Amino acid sequence: MANGSLANEVSYLEYQGKHKGIAGWLLTVDHKRIGLMYLMAIMVFFFVAMTLGVLMRLEMLSPGQTIMKPQTYNSVFTLHGVIMVFLFIIPAIPAVFGNFILPIQLGAKDVAFPRLNLFTWYLYMTGATLAIVSLFTGGGAADTGWTFYVPYSIRSAQNVTMTTLAAFILGFSTIVTGLNFIVTIHRLRAPGMTWFRMPLFAWGLYATSWIQVLATPVIGITLVLIMLERFLGIGVFDPALGGDPILYQHLFWIYSHPAVYIMILPAMGIVSEILPTFARKDIFGYKQIAISSLGIALIGYLVWGHHMFVSGMSDTSRIIFSLLTFLVAIPTGVKIFNWVATLYKGSIKFSAPLYYVLAFIFIFSIGGLTGLVLGALATDIHVTDTYFVVAHFHYVMFGGMGLMFFATMHYWFPKMFGKMYNEKVAVIACTVIVIGFNMLYFPFFILGYMGMPRRYYDYLPQFQGWHVLSTVGSWILVGGIVFMFGNLLYALLKGPKASMNPWGGTTLEWKVPSPPPLENFDEIPIVTGGPYVHDKSTYIMHPSREKIHTNGGAKSAKEEAAL
Amino acid sequence: MTEHSEIVEHAHEAGHVHRDDEASKMAMWLFLFTELLLFGGLFLLYGAYRFEYADGFKVAAADMNSFIGAVNTIILLTSSLSVALSIAAIQRNQKKLCLGMLWFTILCGLAFLVNKYFEWSHEIHNGIYPGGPALENMSNGEVLYFGLYYVMTGLHGLHVIVGLIFIGFVMVFISRDKITSTNFQKLENSGLYWHLVDIIWIFLFPLFYLLH
Repeated sequence: MANGSLANEVSYLEYQGKHKGIAGWLLTVDHKRIGLMYLMAIMVFFFVAMTLGVLMRLEMLSPGQTIMKPQTYNSVFTLHGVIMVFLFIIPAIPAVFGNFILPIQLGAKDVAFPRLNLFTWYLYMTGATLAIVSLFTGGGAADTGWTFYVPYSIRSAQNVTMTTLAAFILGFSTIVTGLNFIVTIHRLRAPGMTWFRMPLFAWGLYATSWIQVLATPVIGITLVLIMLERFLGIGVFDPALGGDPILYQHLFWIYSHPAVYIMILPAMGIVSEILPTFARKDIFGYKQIAISSLGIALIGYLVWGHHMFVSGMSDTSRIIFSLLTFLVAIPTGVKIFNWVATLYKGSIKFSAPLYYVLAFIFIFSIGGLTGLVLGALATDIHVTDTYFVVAHFHYVMFGGMGLMFFATMHYWFPKMFGKMYNEKVAVIACTVIVIGFNMLYFPFFILGYMGMPRRYYDYLPQFQGWHVLSTVGSWILVGGIVFMFGNLLYALLKGPKASMNPWGGTTLEWKVPSPPPLENFDEIPIVTGGPYVHDKSTYIMHPSREKIHTNGGAKSAKEEAAL
Repeated sequence: MTEHSEIVEHAHEAGHVHRDDEASKMAMWLFLFTELLLFGGLFLLYGAYRFEYADGFKVAAADMNSFIGAVNTIILLTSSLSVALSIAAIQRNQKKLCLGMLWFTILCGLAFLVNKYFEWSHEIHNGIYPGGPALENMSNGEVLYFGLYYVMTGLHGLHVIVGLIFIGFVMVFISRDKITSTNFQKLENSGLYWHLVDIIWIFLFPLFYLLH
């Protein structure tokens, strides 16, 4: 492959192919460039949604109208939810880091369908553009909340149709990404990489991709039905015509509950990558962590009813859904204990990514345990639709996926850009973020317990103290985030060069240059052992150049792979 | 599939000549799963409302012309056979026969759509459409039956059109010898898609035409 070796002399960032300049990015089929294009788009939308969140907190600084009208507040929380969920949390880790890292970790030159991969980015951008356009056209931004509950979403005069269409297209984008990853993991693992030699990030993505493929079509048809209801009034969700709004909630959560595992499973996969690297130790309970990802995906599919405990369901179904909800805690607990056990007797090197992971374990545990309060029937009724729920899902979503996104930014930053960031600043930013985060969201638990309902722009005067604390927390959090990205941006422009393996990582992405060349590998490597072995190399990077000796005799690459 | 022993050549510059039929087939099956779940949501609604409004559904279903439905079923089943035969033909290197079979499939698909058009326009002519005058005097069950009827057969009809477009592209590929007896995964994938269109109809037909 003459072309291949030529292409491998420069990194993917410098490589000039058929298309140059900006077209070299917009028309690229390279998984690494597509990952970066996703990163740029996703960062923009993250900042938009974050700004909306800060504005909401500002409105809540004092009772009554502070900076916006109630209708504006409704649109702001809807857009904050829609953008965060559909444009940031769901696609961020798979689309950015899955795209960038997964093929390298598997020892492949690209994903299975590179052109389809580019297509998903355009779908994403189309959906995102529609979501933004829906802000300014029609009757104004949707005001239904990100859940689009009927019958209000049918009756609302705002631009709900375009927002649901945007969500539909974004859903299609994640389906195709998931499909691409499943096939990539099945077909493109390097020789010798058996299922149980696969890095745990790949396992996390594998479980995630199955949920994406099997759950997203349900929200697709549900959103189409909302649009048809609005245009034609077919009646399936309209009580006036005999339709049942509760059925809408079922269909919505059949997707949207599994979707929270789409959000968290890739993040959990990265925790399992970062811990063994910085503990200098093989991960504890590899198989259990791998299988528990599939377990979470499977059980997570069957718990959607816990979003509807007060919507009208038989007691039998409520008890079953509550029981199944508790069951999710088992595979999650398996993971948490294995992570902590990995640190035990490790040779721990504290570094920014590890600080984020430790913060994740602490914050996610709070989020998980308060999830049990919501999963239990009696306590749920007291806190349903209060700030308690808001606090819970910000602890698991932002504290879980969001913090891990930041951790990943730091962990793979040297690999993606070939530059190093300032470690000290990164750790300070992480500390500020964790303090701001808890100051912003912990008061929500107390407010919710005291009875503060969610999605209200106004509140009773006795809640003000907690609201002020929380709003100040939001400023600290945003300060930390800006500080963190500033540090990374500075590193991108002025940072020192990063080595091939700055952390001492053991997976395949650390065996190729930083940033990786266009085709990742000169030769497809051979895998001879598990992914987190620190004391010896488990990869043969140039099988044809090396004479492979095992057990005293020369063996062919194929025999070696079978070991 | 636990061991992926051969190293797949993957030339970026040569416009991705990388070819893996197994991967392509797997992706198609995954895509079909998503289609099944897309319709699954609608079948779920049908089931729930049929249970809730059993009487209204019976009355409404009696209005359907099961003869046209049966004819359409036969048409689609035959077209599934001709797609399967076209794959057998290309495997035996019989390009003309293969193209003939695909032409026949397209004709069947078009015939199905024409029938559907007449059925829909008959209902619409009678004032049975969302917001239509006849529907206003009907019970909730009947309204929901026709709402679902339009959505489900409409979505299915859309899939028939997409399937026809796929087959059209495949025919161009065949006539340009891009699809041959050793490289026919694209044809097989369109065939799989067409079978999906067929199998969904096999469930729609009894649910809307025969159960009353």
